[in-house]
Amino acid sequence: MRRYEPILALVLAAAMITAAIMAPWLRFVLTIALAKGIAVVGILLLLRAGQVSFGHALYVAFGAYVVAFLAPRLNDAVLLLAAAAVGAGILGLLIGLFVTRYRQIFFGMLNLAMSMVFYSLLEKLYHITHGSDGIRVEVMPVAGQALDRVAYEWSIFGIALALAFTVGLLVRLYLSSPMGEALAGIKTRETRLEFMGVPARGVLLSAYVMSAMLGGIGGAIIAMTSRHVTPLLAYWTSSGELVFIAILGGAGGVLGPFLGAAAFELVRIYAAASFADAWQLILGSVLLLVILFAPGGLWGMAARLLGKGGTR
Amino acid sequence: MAEWFQDNGLLLGLALLDGLSSAGLIFLVAVGLNLVFGVLRIINVAHGSLYAIGAYSAASIGIFLSGLGLPDWAAVPTLILSAALVGAILGPLIERFLLRRIYAQEEVVQLLVTFALFMILEDVQKLIWGVQPIHHDTAMRALGTIDVPFGADFIPFTNYQLFVLPGIAIVTLVGLALFLRRTLTGRVIVAVTTDREAASAMGIDAAKIFLLTFTFGAMLAALGGALSSPTAALVPGIGAQTIVLSFAVVATAGLGQIEGAALTSLMMGLGRSIAVYFEPELEVVVPYIIMVLVLLVRPQGLFGVIETRRV
Amino acid sequence: MTASLTRREALAAGFGTVLLPATLSAQPAAKPAEFKIGVTTFLSGPASVFGVPSRKACEMLVDQINAAGGIAGVPLRATFVDEAPGTDHLVGEFRRLVQSEGVHAMFQSISSGSCLACTPLSRELQKLTILWDCGTQRIFEENRWEYAFRTQGYGTPEILAPLLYLLKKKPDFRTVAVINQDYAWGRDSWELWKAGMDALKPGVRVVAEMFPRFGSTDFSTEITRLLALRPDVILSTSWGGELVTFVRQATERRLHERSTFVLPVAEASLPTLGRSMPEGHIIGTRGDHWNNHPAPANPQLFNEFVTAYRTRFNEWPIYPCHHMAQAIWALKAGVEKAVAAKSGGWPSDLEMANAFRGLTFPTPTSTITLREDGQGLEDQIVGLSSFNDRFPFSVPKEMIQFTGAQVSAPVGQKSTDWLKTLKPDMIASSGRSIG
Repeated sequence: MRRYEPILALVLAAAMITAAIMAPWLRFVLTIALAKGIAVVGILLLLRAGQVSFGHALYVAFGAYVVAFLAPRLNDAVLLLAAAAVGAGILGLLIGLFVTRYRQIFFGMLNLAMSMVFYSLLEKLYHITHGSDGIRVEVMPVAGQALDRVAYEWSIFGIALALAFTVGLLVRLYLSSPMGEALAGIKTRETRLEFMGVPARGVLLSAYVMSAMLGGIGGAIIAMTSRHVTPLLAYWTSSGELVFIAILGGAGGVLGPFLGAAAFELVRIYAAASFADAWQLILGSVLLLVILFAPGGLWGMAARLLGKGGTR
Repeated sequence: MAEWFQDNGLLLGLALLDGLSSAGLIFLVAVGLNLVFGVLRIINVAHGSLYAIGAYSAASIGIFLSGLGLPDWAAVPTLILSAALVGAILGPLIERFLLRRIYAQEEVVQLLVTFALFMILEDVQKLIWGVQPIHHDTAMRALGTIDVPFGADFIPFTNYQLFVLPGIAIVTLVGLALFLRRTLTGRVIVAVTTDREAASAMGIDAAKIFLLTFTFGAMLAALGGALSSPTAALVPGIGAQTIVLSFAVVATAGLGQIEGAALTSLMMGLGRSIAVYFEPELEVVVPYIIMVLVLLVRPQGLFGVIETRRV
Repeated sequence: MTASLTRREALAAGFGTVLLPATLSAQPAAKPAEFKIGVTTFLSGPASVFGVPSRKACEMLVDQINAAGGIAGVPLRATFVDEAPGTDHLVGEFRRLVQSEGVHAMFQSISSGSCLACTPLSRELQKLTILWDCGTQRIFEENRWEYAFRTQGYGTPEILAPLLYLLKKKPDFRTVAVINQDYAWGRDSWELWKAGMDALKPGVRVVAEMFPRFGSTDFSTEITRLLALRPDVILSTSWGGELVTFVRQATERRLHERSTFVLPVAEASLPTLGRSMPEGHIIGTRGDHWNNHPAPANPQLFNEFVTAYRTRFNEWPIYPCHHMAQAIWALKAGVEKAVAAKSGGWPSDLEMANAFRGLTFPTPTSTITLREDGQGLEDQIVGLSSFNDRFPFSVPKEMIQFTGAQVSAPVGQKSTDWLKTLKPDMIASSGRSIG
């Protein structure tokens, strides 16, 4: 299955580009899906270590607000993406130093607590953040090029797609490296790692910082695409959404998050368009059905379709 | 410091009274979540939905029975009975048809099943009860108020808030503690909470215990909702608001620890009400600050037991 | 989706909109077979207490207008979008409706955050956008929009009118406390109130500023503190379930005997509160459309609207229903004006939008003029809560009507700056008692 992953990725990318050309509004939706996919790769990293962050929306929101705050001063999409990644990475390091001491529910709930504190701050510091009104992000130059709106949207879509590929590739390499193997060791038998002289906390911390950076990048792209950021990005249901996407897509491969994110956005739009007042019911049912009848998520389904069982 | 107390001591006294009733409600919702987590090892996000459905059902049943001429004194027992009813119906349904199918799966998958359920129930509530605020306050009204002296002034408190809420919380706490320590079923639940593998190795019927615990947890969630219904207007979304605080209580308390949940609820309830008096902007974050501080000192939670590390 | 669609059709339509690209939006100048509007509103979460009634009102009016031949001979069709999932979803849906469904006008939104996020899209997609309910003053004070118009009042008049009413009726207060929801409207409305109060009655002491978490279900601690502080006036711009909860918990503990409440958004919660709303407190409705309006401009139309809504949905219309109705009446007036100007031809999107600038359209209670900057001037009526035989819930008495122009910041001025320039003589000169 791993062999097919790059080919599948190319097919998926081609499908996305076709869809984006055919319908301008899909370009928007797919850019958001790619952004969320990138953030969910971060969730995937931690899931590899058996840890569920139920507060990762913190980093997505942080990345988005970095863009919103710095855009007037640092007016370039590429610079802002870098700033969001670095900023989220530093925040991830600070919080990670604390939360990586904990496992399972404590890890999940501490992350949740951090994101809720951040959410409250976004509301409380009204005079800086405009609270739930949010902050507008204007069309900005990309790599020094001033662009009109359509070209800008295409650029962000392109950047998101390129980043998705880069992130997917790097994380694939990382997961098969000794560091990645050690990460999986935390899930199964953490104590053994330490007997072997591998500092489990250090391994988890580095994965945590990486996942925070991915969240920051995803958030930055979301901010550049929807061009308006609000505290809702940090609310706990947004974190739940990220974990939702991870499981919907399947935790087996790095393609899973992107499959999951695209499916999530499309199902939500489809549900909202058909049953505007019961979209949660539909989204929840889809997730339940996938979990109960398609373990391994969409990626697992794809794997079975291709006739190869193993997804690891 | 002494001077500060001279100026604010009376206010602090009021904050204590408010904190107690607030703690009572926090405890009732969180303790069910904690019990379920201790035994099933599932963080039940749908606990918030059960809370909301408990609240809505209690209000509906109350409105219906009032129409039939139910005397006011029966309002509080009605709340408790309707919560038991909701838990007894929904608890087994959810456990049997949903959770039982996923016990073997990873923790994150289990969490997500309840998240999916939460989303579904969120819309179901709307379909059943609509979106206009529903309120039925007979229980609060019937019990009247009591004037608490405050310097030369006095402050009216509702008896419901001052006595019923903390009272039921204390009865629940004591009842649970006795049940878990004194009865066979209770001890089995404790055994499963502390060491699941050893307990099942000893031939404990896990299926029965899981069903029982989950139903019980669902009743407690519904009870929390039902008891909040006389004072609060019910609108879509109340479940989401409530559950997130309970998460913090569970992690702070220690897994499955009911005394821990009680102490944590007390700290958070008092912390929040003191914040309202002296630094209202901090009120929302106080529970999380308490959680972080507790876990810094006691990484396994207030009353948590350090699990033996597996090799 | 209208109720008459079968599930299978709805599914097919849903898939179609997701999978098929846009072809409809290409011909703006041809007379369409139907006039499509996309409506963003809250269909889930706490604000659905406003969103769902507004949707009902919209569906009812669309049926009525279509039964009477549509707008300029074209039948209306409304598609609804839930605001609750957040900005990224909403912005995507806005684009889908315009670019794929080919809607001719967008109606948005309840939340100010949604309006701030979506109004720029009106320019980017060059589509007529009617802001039908959100109240933030930032939209038209910080930017100019060619395609966006607000067919009702906004935060500034909705706060200033109750403040003026308080100053007229109970001018002797010395202390005030605020308890608002912790989100943009709660903070904004307090800032507006404070700016106006400091200008019109300097020296009032603010004894407590409390912003409990949005969606709180328990205010007992806040109420205890207010009982202890005994402020003369308690301002709360909260709404929906939270306002009901606050009023219930407060009156049970007789807070209303110690302080005067000022509740600018009370109207929507009054049917739920029923007889438990205390009398003699200041209540507002974000406009002039009280169910007991003593002298509506067009009593027949007003009664027809209220009666039709009550008959069809078995509940009283609340202010979001009236705001939705205003948006639809504005749409009818504006589109028919644009069509008339083309002498029978169908106007382009820009011509359509231009017809709304300066438009004055009738409402059952009064008229509303859309100013040069796109902001509507809606009259405000404030009164004291009271009971009468006609309504099973509280309605205002001793009403005072403030014209939209009196209490709105002039074009080009920021509300907080303008409020600071107000002079105390405005208290006497503004407003008209209407019984």
